[in-house]
Amino acid sequence: MNVNQHTPMASPYGQPQPGYGQPGYAPLDGGYPAPYAPFNGPASAYQPGAPPQGYSPFTSFPSKAVAANPVSDLSSPLDLGPARGPPTSGATPVSAPQPYNQYSHSQGDMQNGPPPMTQAPPRPAASQQYNQGAVNLSGPQPSYPQHYGPQPSMQQVANQMTGMQITSGPPTPAGPGYAPPHSSHPPVNTAYSAAPPHSYTQAPPPASSPPTQPPPPSGPAASQQYYGGPTPPSQQPFNSSLPPTSQQQFASPAPPPPSSQQTFPPSSSYSGPAPTPGQAPAPPASQPQQSFPPTQPPFSSAPPPASHPAFVSGPPPPAQGSFPPRAAPLSSQPGSFPPPGPSPISMPSGQYPGPMPPQQQPPPSQPSPYHSGPPPPRAQMPPTSMAQSNHLPPGPQGPPGPLGPMQQPPSQPGMQGGYPPQQNGAFGQVRGPQPGYAGPYPGQPNYGAPATAPAPAPAAQKRLDPDSIPSPIQVIEDDKVKTTEPFTTGVRGQAPPLVTTNFQVKDQGNASPRFVRCTAYNMPCTADMAKQSQVPLAAVIKPLATLPPDETPPYLVDHGEGGPIRCNRCKAYMCPYMQFIEGGRRFQCGFCSCVTEVPPHYFQHLDHTGKRVDCYDRPELSLGSYEFMATVDYCKNNKIPQPPAFIFLIDVSYNAVKSGMVNIVCQELKTLLDYLPRENPEMDSVVRVGFVTYNKVLHFYNVKASLAQPQMLVVSDVSDMFVPLLDGFLVNVNESRLVIESLLDQIPEMFAETRETETVFGPVIQAGLEALKAADCSGKLFVFHSSLPIAEAPGKLKNREDKKLIGTDKEKSLFQPQVAFYNTLAKECVAQGCCVDLFLFPNQYVDVATLGVVPVSTGGSVYKYTYFQAQSDTERFLNDLRRDVQKLVGFDAVMRVRTSTGIRATDFFGSFFMSNTTDVELAGLDCDKAVTVEFKHDDKLSEETGALMQCAVLYTSCSGQRRLRVHNMAVNCCSQLADLYRNCETDTIINFLSKYAFRGLLSNPTKAVRDTLINQCAQILACYRKNCASPSSAGQLILPECMKLLPVYLNCVLKSDVLMPGADVSLDDRAYLRQLISGMDVSESHVFFYPRLLPLTKFESGSLPVAVRDSEERLSKGGLYILETGLHLFLWVGASAQQELLVSIFGTPSFSQIDPSLTSLPVLDNPFSQRLREIIESFRAQRSRYMKLMVVKQEDKSELIFRHFLVEDKSASGGASYVDFLCHMHKEIRQLLS
Amino acid sequence: MASYQEFIQQNEDRDGVRFSWNLWPSSRLEATRLVVPVACLFTPLKERPDLPPVQYEPVLCSRANCKAVLNPLCQVDFRAKIWACNFCFQRNPFPPSYAGISDVNQPAELMPQFSTIEYIVQRAPTAPLIFLYVVDTCLEEEDLQALKESLQMSLSLLPPNALVGLITFGRMVQVHELSCEGIAKSYVFRGTKDLSSKQIQELLGLTKPAASGQPGRPLAPQDAAASCRFLQPVHRVDMNLTDLLGELQRDPWPVPQGKRPLRSTGVALTVAVGLLEGTFPNTGARVMLFIGGPPTQGPGMVVGDELKNPIRSWHDIQKDNARHLKKATKYYEAMANRSAVNGHCIDIYACALDQTGLLEMKCLSNLTGGHIVMGDSFNTSLFKQTFQRVFSKDFNGDFRMAFGGVLEVKTSREVKVCGTIGPCVSLNSKGSCVSETEMGIGGTNQWKVCGLNPSTTLGIYFEVVNQHNAPVPQGGRGAVQFVTQYQHSSTQRRIRVTTIARNWADAQSQIQHIESSFDQEVAAVLMARLGVFRAESEEGPDVLRWLDRQLIRLCQKFGQFNKDDPTSFKLSESLSLYPQFMFHLRRSPFLQVFNNSPDESSYYRHHFVRQDLTQSLIMIQPILYSYSFHGPPEPVLLDSSSILPDRILLMDTFFQLVIYHGETIAQWRKAGYQEMAEYENFKQLLLAPLDDAQEILQTRFPMPRYVDTEHGGSQARFLLSKVNPSQTHNNSYAWGQEAGAPILTDDVSLQVFMDHLKKLAVSSST
Repeated sequence: MNVNQHTPMASPYGQPQPGYGQPGYAPLDGGYPAPYAPFNGPASAYQPGAPPQGYSPFTSFPSKAVAANPVSDLSSPLDLGPARGPPTSGATPVSAPQPYNQYSHSQGDMQNGPPPMTQAPPRPAASQQYNQGAVNLSGPQPSYPQHYGPQPSMQQVANQMTGMQITSGPPTPAGPGYAPPHSSHPPVNTAYSAAPPHSYTQAPPPASSPPTQPPPPSGPAASQQYYGGPTPPSQQPFNSSLPPTSQQQFASPAPPPPSSQQTFPPSSSYSGPAPTPGQAPAPPASQPQQSFPPTQPPFSSAPPPASHPAFVSGPPPPAQGSFPPRAAPLSSQPGSFPPPGPSPISMPSGQYPGPMPPQQQPPPSQPSPYHSGPPPPRAQMPPTSMAQSNHLPPGPQGPPGPLGPMQQPPSQPGMQGGYPPQQNGAFGQVRGPQPGYAGPYPGQPNYGAPATAPAPAPAAQKRLDPDSIPSPIQVIEDDKVKTTEPFTTGVRGQAPPLVTTNFQVKDQGNASPRFVRCTAYNMPCTADMAKQSQVPLAAVIKPLATLPPDETPPYLVDHGEGGPIRCNRCKAYMCPYMQFIEGGRRFQCGFCSCVTEVPPHYFQHLDHTGKRVDCYDRPELSLGSYEFMATVDYCKNNKIPQPPAFIFLIDVSYNAVKSGMVNIVCQELKTLLDYLPRENPEMDSVVRVGFVTYNKVLHFYNVKASLAQPQMLVVSDVSDMFVPLLDGFLVNVNESRLVIESLLDQIPEMFAETRETETVFGPVIQAGLEALKAADCSGKLFVFHSSLPIAEAPGKLKNREDKKLIGTDKEKSLFQPQVAFYNTLAKECVAQGCCVDLFLFPNQYVDVATLGVVPVSTGGSVYKYTYFQAQSDTERFLNDLRRDVQKLVGFDAVMRVRTSTGIRATDFFGSFFMSNTTDVELAGLDCDKAVTVEFKHDDKLSEETGALMQCAVLYTSCSGQRRLRVHNMAVNCCSQLADLYRNCETDTIINFLSKYAFRGLLSNPTKAVRDTLINQCAQILACYRKNCASPSSAGQLILPECMKLLPVYLNCVLKSDVLMPGADVSLDDRAYLRQLISGMDVSESHVFFYPRLLPLTKFESGSLPVAVRDSEERLSKGGLYILETGLHLFLWVGASAQQELLVSIFGTPSFSQIDPSLTSLPVLDNPFSQRLREIIESFRAQRSRYMKLMVVKQEDKSELIFRHFLVEDKSASGGASYVDFLCHMHKEIRQLLS
Repeated sequence: MASYQEFIQQNEDRDGVRFSWNLWPSSRLEATRLVVPVACLFTPLKERPDLPPVQYEPVLCSRANCKAVLNPLCQVDFRAKIWACNFCFQRNPFPPSYAGISDVNQPAELMPQFSTIEYIVQRAPTAPLIFLYVVDTCLEEEDLQALKESLQMSLSLLPPNALVGLITFGRMVQVHELSCEGIAKSYVFRGTKDLSSKQIQELLGLTKPAASGQPGRPLAPQDAAASCRFLQPVHRVDMNLTDLLGELQRDPWPVPQGKRPLRSTGVALTVAVGLLEGTFPNTGARVMLFIGGPPTQGPGMVVGDELKNPIRSWHDIQKDNARHLKKATKYYEAMANRSAVNGHCIDIYACALDQTGLLEMKCLSNLTGGHIVMGDSFNTSLFKQTFQRVFSKDFNGDFRMAFGGVLEVKTSREVKVCGTIGPCVSLNSKGSCVSETEMGIGGTNQWKVCGLNPSTTLGIYFEVVNQHNAPVPQGGRGAVQFVTQYQHSSTQRRIRVTTIARNWADAQSQIQHIESSFDQEVAAVLMARLGVFRAESEEGPDVLRWLDRQLIRLCQKFGQFNKDDPTSFKLSESLSLYPQFMFHLRRSPFLQVFNNSPDESSYYRHHFVRQDLTQSLIMIQPILYSYSFHGPPEPVLLDSSSILPDRILLMDTFFQLVIYHGETIAQWRKAGYQEMAEYENFKQLLLAPLDDAQEILQTRFPMPRYVDTEHGGSQARFLLSKVNPSQTHNNSYAWGQEAGAPILTDDVSLQVFMDHLKKLAVSSST
């Protein structure tokens, strides 16, 4: 992986590393001409940095490659090395998958063109799944364009890369040389594309320092050769396919550890490489494993450069994390190297080394590693190598382009869609990761161990080139490109486009992905499979999601007095999965197979295909989502519900008044009341409103229309709350308008002089609840609250914020409510259909964990405005409030998820309450709330029928109608794990994992939660690796195409404030976020964890600029960037931004004159300003919460906050960088595999 | 010497005191043999237009346990400037301010005509009067409207500086804050939760300021006013409050079919009492409770809210079937005592067709001297005018109400106080003049009367303790001093002192004198009060038996008869009416519960134990006037024989005023003769009783129920149930056709009663 280490490696471990790296690399490069090239890119990575620029992975790769190659070359067998060296550079590892993708696609498209055919097969080989998938795909492809994408993607990241690098390292003695490269890297960045390519080619030659270009030749050559050669071999490879890939990687490594290598060198690989086919297979196999070891080294190496010292020390600190260990190893490696390499077998790295040397280039055969890729491939090889880079398709491309390898380019096109940058090979350069090491992954220690063995690695400071590792941006953009047609839901088991893609949905029998998204669209048939894969089976359901204007909202179906037709046994509602039989007189339930009589009034004849004649006239027979009118039997107490009511409860204690909140709320309500939700825009809303203010006591207001003045009713007996009045409390806005306005005018005046600082909270909710009870209706409470409720009353809280508890086993208690009162209260609220929305304006600790209990259990939301200041926060607050008041909402809802026999909804995540194990009770359910449902097997599923689920939500609409909304979803079932991996959605998985983890915080120490997450993720990937990927060197990190972003996203989850708080993150913030996530849908959680970062330098009207990855490296001093997380919105201004730009945005040419306290941009009449404001507005419109704009000037203090959201970087609180984490993950996987 | 009649009259006019015996038997034994105890009706604040209060304070006996007030009966040594207390015989020097005293320069309190004198205490802090309206909003719209108008009207009648507050209740209890501008603000309590006084003050946000006032001492008015947002001077919040009352809504909580509205009277009162307790302890205050139905929830509930469960009747009570009775009674008693301790009186204005729980709540008024007014609806003149009359003023322009009265009775050593019966509570002051025998509220010689008006009259019972073998020296007199401290409606603290003395007489030698000094009217009332007092705690028949027994014993003691010869029985003039009073008393609603609801009984008894002698007598034996063409109106016997076709009768029972048109008159009236010029005299005749009735209506408090009926009218029952049933369906034919109307009753007539009495009195077996 982190082959990057080049330099370091080189020097320290000298040869060994090189060996590692090189062998592998070399092979790679050589192996896969085109692809390699890219890989090489990675390889270049070695060269560290140079390429590191990271951006264009490719570029980097190349460069690195170059460097690497050089190194490796230098080190041991230049010969060997060179060629492969470069490739190895890790590019190999990672990219592999991507390449595949690319390949597959691209292949078809491009490169493959030539070899494609052949290649195609190979791939499969590569990752067997893929293979299968591929195969299938190929078949299917047509149908599932997307899939392809993914499939190919299986990314195999050869961690070995690192190892590889190492190899290079050695050579380097060049170490120094490396260094330079690193330095050079930066430049590279700029150079990106250009450089990379070169590097690839060059990689080999340039070896160490000069990385790039010079060497390229060799590299490229090699690669090309491969290609050339490969092709044929590729086929063979198929069989062997696996081997190849790995080989490559390994190969490089091999070289370094001469001795060992040599052994390997047997080069079966060598021969392999060239001969690829034959040899390839064999070597690969072995190699892969071997390769791993190398990888380790890389890891260690990765850190090395920078941290070297640390590393050194590191070793000892194995604790530091796997990384450190590695580091340690590295350091130690020198000595150990030898052993490590060979013996190290233990770890890939070690193995690699071993193999590498021998193979070094042979490895190139590695192609095999890429397996899929490799074999066929050489062409593919690239991919393989790419494997690492696979992800990176781009990478490959980038490099390719340059390299010239025509092949590559092609691939890119398809894949990248133009994001050259991302390369998968990402591993390549680990940049500063090191720092991260220590902290982040305690687990690493393990690494250490292994690492040590590999010691060789040490030297390597391998850095994975960020550009060579899977890039979210690339994936997102690919998906956009791929999605050209409306998504039709008719086909079972078809994964929808990503949440980041704009697409239209046509409901053809399954619910739109806007309503339901699944983690897997191809569920394993058996519990064993599910358990083995560890892939969570879950669906994120957003029952009342708002649809874009061009999609039809669910139709309303009325089945008359008898109510909706349902299955007699399981009570599933009529849906397209009901099979009509006996001429239409009965129907068989798709869920439980029970046969039910069709009521006479619903009878209809069947046509010759067994379908009802009226099938397409009835939404419930032809669509995935629709609504039923509920009859009185579906109402509480068998009474038609009253229209709901909104009650506004406003804190009027000193803090609330002083912050200006009271005034703002009152002013706003005057107009806002005209926008209460209604179903028919022509009519007035039937929602009634009521008002309460409170501090230590509660003030209710009588705003009956007949009064000249409102009346205030003070309830000071908060110990036993009740509602003092009925008539006149909840009123129709239009009738009581004058009185209400008068009231809202007077409230701020009345309390302007208040001295009361204490507040109550429990009684406030009780009051609202009692009011709704008294009025016998459901409704929503809007609570505007400022401080910790310390006044004597039920639900009184004490300040328990204690930073000392953080990190201890007691930390979890801080996420639990401190009194049980609110749980009981929440239960009562749910029983009444009383939903609570809480707006917090705290100046200090308010115990969100406790205050949020009721909102969270009642389907409400919590909004938090810490240090609220009227001047700067009003806009955000008001927009949130407006949206919250106006949005479509249902009350008193019960959601039930029914599934086909064999599977069962077992766990639910979100804002709701459950009194039994099946019914999700939501006092309120709005259009922004999503519920994540986890499924477990309780029997076998059949591939034929697939798995069905039906989510039915019974609710009271805002006009007081009782309705049932039904969403149906069918997914495929598979008996092959590969199918599972080919049809899952990482964004949804992350949504599930984060919710699962965040809930786990309540009962487990934070560290345990983090470990569990990492572990599960590792298991998922390891299972894939073990069962679906074509055999390849253990050192190779192979990721399924669909999940290639899993590590990066998971890292974001692990780094979130909730799981890894920085020193400045308050307990309230964590609790707040924790609760917030629980109700998020996939698109929100996606942007929350991986913020969207857009460069603003050039706009083309009409479309957004392509986002860049969340890393500081991607920011250019001369640019402006906008970053959004769904909660925050930043405008980052580079210190040397063009004056022209500044003028058009801020109206001032001077950087220093920009006011960092701006919360909105000046309205300037120029296209740029207009466009920018439009973009900002459109961002805000997409999110359920208004994002306040923060202008961040580079190197300003506030930049710290901003940096926090650059999630690919190491975080100030100790979170690992993407590269580091990926290395860590690889380590984990290898451990699992061995 | 004037006759006893005149003496009695004179004493009553001057001192407001009438004794059952005006000569006191000189020993305990003799006193007990007299059957009717030595007792008096005392009207502490009897209006004395001729008695200007003096502007200084009374001189007290220096003996610590005596503290009697200097009075005309004291021996004074003008030269030594010393006076001897006539109760304890302590010799006291006059204070320096009396330095100029001499034979010819005597202070008023030494002059005989000032046996009753009123002092104004100058140094006492003055606090404004406080009126706290506690208003039930579970009323019919019409009733509520009428009530609101009455309340608004009352604001104009209040003294401008008086503090006024408003609490409304229904399902919830609302305490209205009157000081705020803009939004009307009120504090709400739920009607089901009993709260301690402290909680109430906390919940009303009164704890901080109120904490400064020491218990027992009222706050300075300014402080108090500032501290309490709920009680504000009328002149300040007049408009505000008028609007507030105007906007008062009916209780907004829906009342399901078959249910009574939920009425939190108990909590409302607790809050009212707690509010005053916290803010104005020991300051004159009047809580005025207006209710339109029984309390149906929370502490003090009298009946559940299910209409299918009717409110308790006497029948239920006797069967011990009244679920809430005891609990509610206990609750209200506790509250009444608290209120009394703080000197606040509670009025109840209950207007409803059904019972409102007066039985349980009566103690609120009985113990604190508040009014109870019972009517059918707030929208009647009965309520409106009665309520208005609460705020009537005397000849000085002062309100006829006083607050926080403390009555102390001091006696000379031969006599001791047994107790009182009236609207007061004991202060548990055990002086030397307190008897061990208790009659009424005893065991003390001090009582608190939180609300007083000029007609408030207490029955005070004494016991002669002089031993038979220690004769009183010739010419010795027993003396009693009544010291009443109170807050005048002008907010002044005043002390009224009445000192009276009666001669001792030896019952053996002077029995005739004693007999002729008997005041049968007051004796009847005093015995009736004892009977009513007993009736509160004993079974009805027991009380009647006790009364009968007393009557028989009295007749035996003073009647002249031959043994076992009923026909020989005679009573002297001074006792001649007494049996008749007893006859009517036995039939009165005070002792008979038949045909009366528990609420009505409570209401009647409430008034009976506080009205003065005249009114009390009317209550015992209603007055019947007859109007005819045969002559001027004349009082006639309260007898069925007085009901004649050509008469118009006017009956005053205190509670009702009935005009009854005889059969003929009624026919004439129906025929419209009064409209014809030639029958002007008939018109006059018809108007005469109306005018007289009007006169009574004008002055009486509470205003009586006014009934205009005729022969055969349904309302004639009021008359028919009162008259002596001398003619019934059993005997009318025997008596011939001559006159009168037969009454359909099995009650005994006066004649039968007297026959029995005579028989028993002369019987040697008893």
